[in-house]
Amino acid sequence: MIDFFNLAVKYLPELFMTALKYTLPLTAIAFFFGIILASITAIIRVAKLPQNEWAAAALQLLKWLAAAYVWFFRSTPLLVQLFIVFYGLPNAHIALFQSAWVSAITVFSLNTGAYASETIRASIASVPEVQKQAAESLGMTSAQVYWNVVLPQAARISIPPLSNSLISLLKDTSLASVITIVEIFYLAQQIAAANYKVLSMYILVAMVYAFFTSILAIAQHYLEKYTSRFAQ
Amino acid sequence: MIQVEHLFKHYPDKVALDDINLTFPAEQTIAIVGPSGSGKSTLLRSLNLLERPDQGKLQIDDLTLDLSQPITTSQILQIRQKTAMVFQEKALFTHLTVMRNLTEGPIKVQKKNKQEAEAKASELLEQFGMSELADRYPYQLSGGQQQRVAILRALAMSPKYLLLDEPTSALDPELEAQVLRVLKDLAKKDTSMVVVTHNMAFAEQVADQIVFIDDGKVGYNGATETFFHSDSERIQQFLGAMSF
Repeated sequence: MIDFFNLAVKYLPELFMTALKYTLPLTAIAFFFGIILASITAIIRVAKLPQNEWAAAALQLLKWLAAAYVWFFRSTPLLVQLFIVFYGLPNAHIALFQSAWVSAITVFSLNTGAYASETIRASIASVPEVQKQAAESLGMTSAQVYWNVVLPQAARISIPPLSNSLISLLKDTSLASVITIVEIFYLAQQIAAANYKVLSMYILVAMVYAFFTSILAIAQHYLEKYTSRFAQ
Repeated sequence: MIQVEHLFKHYPDKVALDDINLTFPAEQTIAIVGPSGSGKSTLLRSLNLLERPDQGKLQIDDLTLDLSQPITTSQILQIRQKTAMVFQEKALFTHLTVMRNLTEGPIKVQKKNKQEAEAKASELLEQFGMSELADRYPYQLSGGQQQRVAILRALAMSPKYLLLDEPTSALDPELEAQVLRVLKDLAKKDTSMVVVTHNMAFAEQVADQIVFIDDGKVGYNGATETFFHSDSERIQQFLGAMSF
């Protein structure tokens, strides 16, 4: 026990610093792009086809692309996606991403975006139709209806499931270790390989993940409380 | 004046509007009545293009649209600026306070500044004795209060025509009376209103003109008094079915 305590004092600062330098930025950046991607995908998937034939055909094509994107990233493992992008593509001389960072951000963003788009799609659909009609009858354009009426309400509904996505993403960044990014799990493995304190090091790194995800869960709680002021 | 000519709307399984020709004069209250599913709501929603008829002509004041032709977004928005609608169900924006519900349209659509919009909203709330509700959210209001706020939200847009789609059918009789009193007040002030209603007593008291829609067609269009004392077998049957 004292041994574990000494290890904690010795390695926790380094693990925290690494989390701040790698795990958290990777999570934040990937979530940021993921949500943008998810919003665009969700809006494409719920949009009604316009009357103009060409516009309708173009939108239909986008809908298929969006559906294919969501299907691909939900039906394959994140680890496999990382391997394809970082090891597979360069091997086939498709050197899209030489950098491990760019590869990681791309894959995590796309993966989070696919799951979150389903959350956002459901949240948009949950806003009562009559409120959208009321906004239209006031003379709002479709964009204004989305921005002023649909999104604020959809955002509130999507907080719990999107928090799930964010918490999962933070933990999933540990997979970046397999594409050479020295984030906290990689660091813990390296230390354990040197000092043989395997169990202690993995428990320590688990505690660091739990610390940050707990902060996210607490933030979620307050965000829900704040945004629930207009509902029972 | 709102005028529709040869209005048709087909659904896959039925004809909702079957050659409707009507004029709704300004500063009058017109009640649209008729059996459930007869096309009353479809007709009302066609007036601000929430429903899109397949064919016909829609004219609101100086704006005329041929509905069999493609209609641009800006034409739709022009129509909607002349009209405002009150819905049957609870249609207030649930994420906004009463005050913000009243100012959202004027600020976002009519580009009024916030002070001006709030002054107008406060004036309306004051006028209808609802000032104390300004900072509440819709869930904190009774059904009757919600519906009265919805009417004020429509009025805040200073529309030329107020369209109401069964505004009281989801309410208890007591709450319904509160809402009907507001509408009666508005009718007395020569607000131009088209109201779809199931409440025959209200229609008889308040409407200047009755339009009876039956199976997608106009079954009667004329003075209120004449409608309620009509010799027509169909109208008597309808009115008989509404009482017990």
